[in-house]
Amino acid sequence: MSKMKALVCRECGKEYPTKAIHVCEMCFGPLEVKYNYDEIKKTISRKKIEDGPRSMWRYLDLLPVEGTNFVGPHAGFTPLVRAKNLGAYLGLDELYIKNDTVNHPTLSFKDRVVAVALTRARELGFETVACASTGNLANSVAAHAASANLHCYVFIPGDLEAAKVLGNLIYKPHVVEIEGNYDDVNRLCSEIAGEHGWAFVNINIRPYYAEGSKTLAFETVEQLGWKTPDQVVIPMASGSLLTKIWKGLHEMKALGLIDYVHTKINGAQAEGCSPISTAFKAGRDFFKPVKPQTIAKSLAIGNPADGYYALKATAESHGSMDMVTDEEVVEGIQLLAQTEGIFAETAGGVTIGVLKKLVKQGVIKKDEVTVAYVTGNGLKTQEAVIDSVGRPVRIQPSLVDFEKTFKMGKNGGGDA
Amino acid sequence: MSHLRFHIRFPEDKIREPIIYQIGREYNVVTDVRRADVRDTTGWADVELSGDTMEIERAVAGLRAKGCVVDPIELNVVE
Ligand SMILES: Cc1ncc(COP(=O)(O)O)c(C=O)c1O
Ligand SMILES: [Zn+2]
Repeated sequence: MSKMKALVCRECGKEYPTKAIHVCEMCFGPLEVKYNYDEIKKTISRKKIEDGPRSMWRYLDLLPVEGTNFVGPHAGFTPLVRAKNLGAYLGLDELYIKNDTVNHPTLSFKDRVVAVALTRARELGFETVACASTGNLANSVAAHAASANLHCYVFIPGDLEAAKVLGNLIYKPHVVEIEGNYDDVNRLCSEIAGEHGWAFVNINIRPYYAEGSKTLAFETVEQLGWKTPDQVVIPMASGSLLTKIWKGLHEMKALGLIDYVHTKINGAQAEGCSPISTAFKAGRDFFKPVKPQTIAKSLAIGNPADGYYALKATAESHGSMDMVTDEEVVEGIQLLAQTEGIFAETAGGVTIGVLKKLVKQGVIKKDEVTVAYVTGNGLKTQEAVIDSVGRPVRIQPSLVDFEKTFKMGKNGGGDA
Repeated sequence: MSHLRFHIRFPEDKIREPIIYQIGREYNVVTDVRRADVRDTTGWADVELSGDTMEIERAVAGLRAKGCVVDPIELNVVE
């Protein structure tokens, strides 16, 4: 029996075969992968996982692919860093950073979801993959497609920064720049996905794609010695990552890999694009779409597909949500770099900024085991911090000048 | 003949107007509502519009002119 049972509608529960479909024919609700947990339970164990590959594919039993011919065989299993310095600064006894700034091959957590999406797309017989993206997603799809010899189309809005366009072009996919605003690009890509026989990773392959995010939950628990954290802080764009971390924790419990889930799920957004956090703080179960205006561009989704489900997961877990200003995002990036030596992109700044806020509010307490998800690399968003990092100290090539600048005597000491 | 699916949000001041019905009358499209949630101050509907592609485009423009926010059924597609 296959481990995948069906695709199931998240709204009405109707089941569909595990093909490239994403919307319920009956109610137009989104589809999600449903597994044969009874079957999986017969063979899965901590030992089996621990003996698996040092990548996210060690959780193959809970990923929606059939074979082992992986696209992106090295994605995941990134370090869980015990953040003693940042913890001390914030007043937390046991803080960890799940460091997806070093994910393979394109340095963001998107490598997880894309590896699953393209592996599944190839299994379903697709030769062309596509996505619409302004950043991390496109990089990852283009890189994986290159390595897997898949045809690739990347759709981008016409006003993207040069560096981001280059980050796609280097892998030589078809990069299609669409004249028009974000809404136009959204509409057109949804229509293209409907008309052409392509694997559009975040449209018709989305039920599979999204499952890749669960591995962030699995790895965290395993790396904590098969324990669930008390609190997690997760950045939100569409809200998919947050809902899948929640799902992943519950799957581990359902399969007997852990005894219980008590983790509080906390969501983080930037003020300039915080439809989900705003709804949460207002006590609403629905969000109002916004026009994004923030430096945290990887999180700038004004109309989040999983916003409703993210609100639900957070409420179920008795967690919280908050948002931070662009200045706090930059401070968050700097704080993480200066305390833990990890250079995160703006999404990481959002996570650290919100973590700080939640500790201050007393939502996260000193003795709680806390994990902050840092999901993308700072080298990709250098413009966010370029004006706040200062300049090098400039000296003449002479020992005298050096020692004078750093106020050093012959026996060392001193500082500039 | 195309079938396109949309998530339509109604403007607060027009929650009580039969907007979907009007669009079906004003344009040559068939409207098929599959799911909706209408409350005092908010409302949305998941709707399929069927007809000539050009005519669907005009109907979408018409919905926007009435103050509706019209998105693809997937909501965000650009990530
Ligand atoms: C670096 C980074 N972190 C977090 C997210 C949030 O992901 P989701 O859309 O699943 O909420 C994104 C999404 O684009 C991202 O690029
Ligand atoms: Zn349904």
